Amino acid sequence: MTGLAQTKQEADDEIAQSIEQREFGFWLYLMSDAIIFGLLFATYAALSRGSVAGADGRELFNLTRVASQTALLLCSSLSFGLASAALAAGQANHAFPWLGVTFVLGVSFVGLELFEFSGMIAAGAGPAKSGLMSAFFSLLGAHGLHVAMGLVWIVILSIQLRLEGPTRNTLSRLRRLGLFWHFLDIVWIGIYSIVYLPAMV
Amino acid sequence: MLRSNAIGFGLALILTAIPFGLVATKAATPATTLAVIAVLALVQVLVHLRYFLHVDLATSPRENLIALCFAAILIVVMVGGSLWIMIDLHQRMMPA
Repeated sequence: MTGLAQTKQEADDEIAQSIEQREFGFWLYLMSDAIIFGLLFATYAALSRGSVAGADGRELFNLTRVASQTALLLCSSLSFGLASAALAAGQANHAFPWLGVTFVLGVSFVGLELFEFSGMIAAGAGPAKSGLMSAFFSLLGAHGLHVAMGLVWIVILSIQLRLEGPTRNTLSRLRRLGLFWHFLDIVWIGIYSIVYLPAMV
Repeated sequence: MLRSNAIGFGLALILTAIPFGLVATKAATPATTLAVIAVLALVQVLVHLRYFLHVDLATSPRENLIALCFAAILIVVMVGGSLWIMIDLHQRMMPA
């Protein structure tokens, strides 16, 4: 092995190791985020009966809208998975439409959520109305903000993929974005199972 | 990877449709419906971890699995503990 090849090998190993570290670091971030959401769920459960004189979930929630939001997020998980699979198979051109679909589904989800929030605030059930509404807006707002950040990330990553192509760095970022996006779908399972559906049983 | 996504999506679809269907049709008693919602939510979290986040007991890095277990334990302790305290307080302050 010549000196030059050896140096290249070392540089390769260094990049691989650095990517591994970044992916582990991101996993740790996700786990700590899961704990934050766990506590927001606990707060909601403790305050959910505290609507005092205000409206409770039965009057405020809309099953059709929640089902649509659930379907949007689930489909966006699938479309993101298809984008990842296309990139992993080296077909970058097939990945862009799927990233676009994921983005549109995510924007629709956030749109429905903002529509729900504004309807509640207009009906006098804003975050300051009761313990229930404070906990509701904290939990749902935290999740919605995460989804919105994920959307920004999708745009930035798409630009990077266009400019740099599917390099090891961009593929690693895509894997991390995938973890983030699927993680938000898991949080949403908790939200409809703890916040929405029990209130409408 | 494509297969894993398709399986995950199919399972998630079923596991989501059942609780929403029960709530929409009111086909079961409230207690049964709540139990079904809780169990299927837990199952679906595992399905997502396995098929979308590709967590695999055999192939995922050991330290990722340890971090996941640790987070799960912390969540159980903190959420369970908070609810225990709050429900206990609730009962003490509002005697039937």
